[in-house]
Amino acid sequence: MRHVISLLIENESGALSRVSGLFSARGYNIESLTVAPTEDFSMSRMTIVTTGSDEIIEQITKQLNKLVEVVKVVDISEAAHLERELMLVKVRATGKDREEIKRTADIFRARIIDVTDASYVVELTGNQGKLDAFIGAIDPALILETVRSGVCGIGRGDRVLKV
Amino acid sequence: MVLSGAEIVIRCLQEEKVEYVFGYPGGAVLFLYDALFQQEKVRHVLVRHEQAAVHAADGFARSTEKVGVAMVTSGPGATNAVTGIATAYCDSIPMVIISGQVPVAAIGQDAFQEVDTVGITRPCVKHNFLVRDVRDIATTMKKAFHLARTGRPGPVLVDIPKDVSMQRCEYEYPKEVSMRSYNPVTKGHSGQLKKAVQLLLEAKRPMIYTGGGVVLANAAEQLTKLTRLLGYPITNTLMGLGGYPSSDRQFLGMPGMHGTFEANMAMHYSDVLLAVGARFDDRVIGNPAHFAEEPRKIIHVDIDPSSISKRVRVDVPIVGDVKDVLDEMIRQIESGEARPNPDALASWWKQVEQWRERKCMVYKNSDEIIKPQFVVQKLWEVTGGDAIITSDVGQHQMWAAQYYGFDKPRRWLNSGGLGTMGVGMPYAMGAKLANPDMPVACVTGEASIQMNIQELSTCKQFRLPIKICNLNNRYLGMVRQWQELFHGGRYSESYMDSLPDFAKLAEAYGHVGIRVDRPGDVEGALREAFTTYKNELVFLDFQIDQTENVYPMVQGGKGLTEMILSAEDL
Repeated sequence: MRHVISLLIENESGALSRVSGLFSARGYNIESLTVAPTEDFSMSRMTIVTTGSDEIIEQITKQLNKLVEVVKVVDISEAAHLERELMLVKVRATGKDREEIKRTADIFRARIIDVTDASYVVELTGNQGKLDAFIGAIDPALILETVRSGVCGIGRGDRVLKV
Repeated sequence: MVLSGAEIVIRCLQEEKVEYVFGYPGGAVLFLYDALFQQEKVRHVLVRHEQAAVHAADGFARSTEKVGVAMVTSGPGATNAVTGIATAYCDSIPMVIISGQVPVAAIGQDAFQEVDTVGITRPCVKHNFLVRDVRDIATTMKKAFHLARTGRPGPVLVDIPKDVSMQRCEYEYPKEVSMRSYNPVTKGHSGQLKKAVQLLLEAKRPMIYTGGGVVLANAAEQLTKLTRLLGYPITNTLMGLGGYPSSDRQFLGMPGMHGTFEANMAMHYSDVLLAVGARFDDRVIGNPAHFAEEPRKIIHVDIDPSSISKRVRVDVPIVGDVKDVLDEMIRQIESGEARPNPDALASWWKQVEQWRERKCMVYKNSDEIIKPQFVVQKLWEVTGGDAIITSDVGQHQMWAAQYYGFDKPRRWLNSGGLGTMGVGMPYAMGAKLANPDMPVACVTGEASIQMNIQELSTCKQFRLPIKICNLNNRYLGMVRQWQELFHGGRYSESYMDSLPDFAKLAEAYGHVGIRVDRPGDVEGALREAFTTYKNELVFLDFQIDQTENVYPMVQGGKGLTEMILSAEDL
C-alpha cells in the first residue's frame, strides 16, 4: 500500500540524513521525499511517499518518531488529503510539434515558461497521476529532460500538522 | 565566568557528577586533556585501545545506574570507538562519548585524522552532535546526558572540533533542558493497564517474560513483587538475568536459543504472556511464524513504542517506564478483589514442573577433563553467587549465563544485542572501578580475550584486581559447535593454533597467572584467586574439554519448542 507520511523536523544540518539513513538501514522504500523549511524557519516539513504493509508503515512511523530531531509524524494518507507535485519538462519544439505541445499543455493547464526556437520548458503541477498522464500524452522522442519535485502533501480541512 | 571550550566540557562533566572518563588522547583532544589535567574531580582511565575505552565506560554504566563517559580523538580514535558505541546502542546503555574533530575550517578538506564521525556513528547512537560554536557546548553536553539517560537509554556522541575546544566564551551550565522534539513517555496508559491486569488475572496458563529493560529501569524489586503476588512462572532473557532471583522456585531459567526446556515450553504454550522490557528477539523466540502458531494473548510493556508489535503481534501494548507500569499493576491488583484462579494455576504449574523434570541443564561431569559448566558452578560457589560477572561472546557466555545463578540485577554484564567479542575485560574494568568492594570476574574464552588483551596493561596501571576465568578450549567454540552440527564437522578456521601461554602473558603484564588442567584443581585455583590474590588481577587459564557444546539449543530459524536438549538428541 502507498502511504504519504508528513513530518516536522528540526531544521538542523544532518536531519535529512537521519531520516534517509533510517529508511535505507531498515530496508524501507522511499518513492519520493521532499523537504523545505516552514513559516517557522527553525523547522522543516518533510513529505515522504512510501509503500509497505500495515506493519511496516506502523514501524516506519514509530521509527521516525524515535528520531530525536523529529517533532511530529502523521500518515496523511489515512484520511482526506491533498497531494501536489511540480514538474518541469523540457521538450523539443519545432515545426508542427510546437502547436501540438502548446495544445496539450493547455489541456493539462500547464504553462510554458521558457521558449526558444527549438524548445519549450513546460511547468505543470498536480497529483502524480496528472503528471504521469502529461508525460504519456507527449511523444517520448520530444522529451529532452524531466524534473519532478516529489510529492508535497497536506490534510484537508481541520487536519493540521503543527506544533 | 569566561572559559575555554575544553574547560567547559570538563566543567559539564563535573556538573553531571562524572567520576571516571575512559579514554585515549590525541591531536584533536589536546585541549580537552589539558583541561582534564588541571582539575581533580573527574578522573581519567587511560586505556590501550579506544574500543576498550567505550566498553569500559559501558561496563561502568551497566553495573551502576550512571551514565558512562568515554573520550577519544578524531579519525582513528573515533573509528576505533565505533564497535563500542554500537555495542552500547544495541543494549540501550546510557553513555556519552566525546570525540575530538579537526578544526571547523578543516572539516571536509580530508585533513589529517579527519573522518565524518557524526556520519559514521549516526546509525549506532541514540543521537549525536557536532558542536560548531563554543557557545553551544554547555547546552549540548546537558542535552547529551539528558538524552542518554531518559526514555530508552542509549549512547550519545558529542563531536568537538579542536578550535572550538580552544575558543573561549562565558560559561553557565543550564539547569534544565527542554527539547520540543523529545518527550519520552513515562506513565503507562491507564485504560491499557486495567485491561492488562484483568487479562493477567483471568489467565489459565500465564507466563512472565522479561528482558534488559527491567534491569535498565531499576525495576527488579517491582518485578519480583508482582511475580510473587501473582505466583506465575517467570523467565529472564540473557539481558534480563538478575531481574528476578534465579534461585527462586518461580524462575524457569533463561528462554531462547540456549534457554531451558521449561522456559521455552512455558513461553510457547502460555495463554497469557506478559512481556516486560523485552523485544521478542530472534535469539529468544526463534522463528516468529512458529511462535505465532499457538494462540496466546500478549501484554507488552516497553518504554520504546517501536519495540512493540515489531516481531510479534501484541494484544495489549503499554508504552511507559517499566518501573512505573509495574508499580501501577501491583497497586491495581492489591486494591482489587480479583485473584488468579488457583485451580487453573495449580494445573499449569503441574505441567511446568513436568517440563522442569526433564532436567535439561544436567551435564556429564568428568574427573579427567575440566567441564566448562563445572568451572562456572565453582565460580558461583567460591563467590557466594554474589559477584559481578562479565563475559565475552560465544560458548563461555552461554555457560556463564546458564550456570551462574544471578539473584540480583546489574551483576551480569555481556554484549547481548551486538554480540561483541572483546567486551569482557573492559566491562570488568568499568565494573570494578564502579564497585571497588565487589568481586568482579570475567568469564571468557581464549579467542575473545585476545580481542582486547592489551587492557591487561590498563588493569596494572589502575590496580584493578579482576579475576579472568579463561575457558580455554583452543577453538572458537561457538563457531566450532555450529560447524559440527550444521556444516558436516568441517572446522573451517575455528581452530586457533599458536596460542600464548596465558599465565606467563599475565605475568609479563605484572599480574598473577595460573594454569589449571585438572578438574580437581578448579576450586582451589578459584579460591586462591579470590583470597590469596584478592588484590591482584589473576588470570586463570582453564584447559577445558575441547568438544563440549552448549545445550539445550534451538537451531536458528527453528521454533522455540524444537529443541535439541543434549548430544543424545542429535
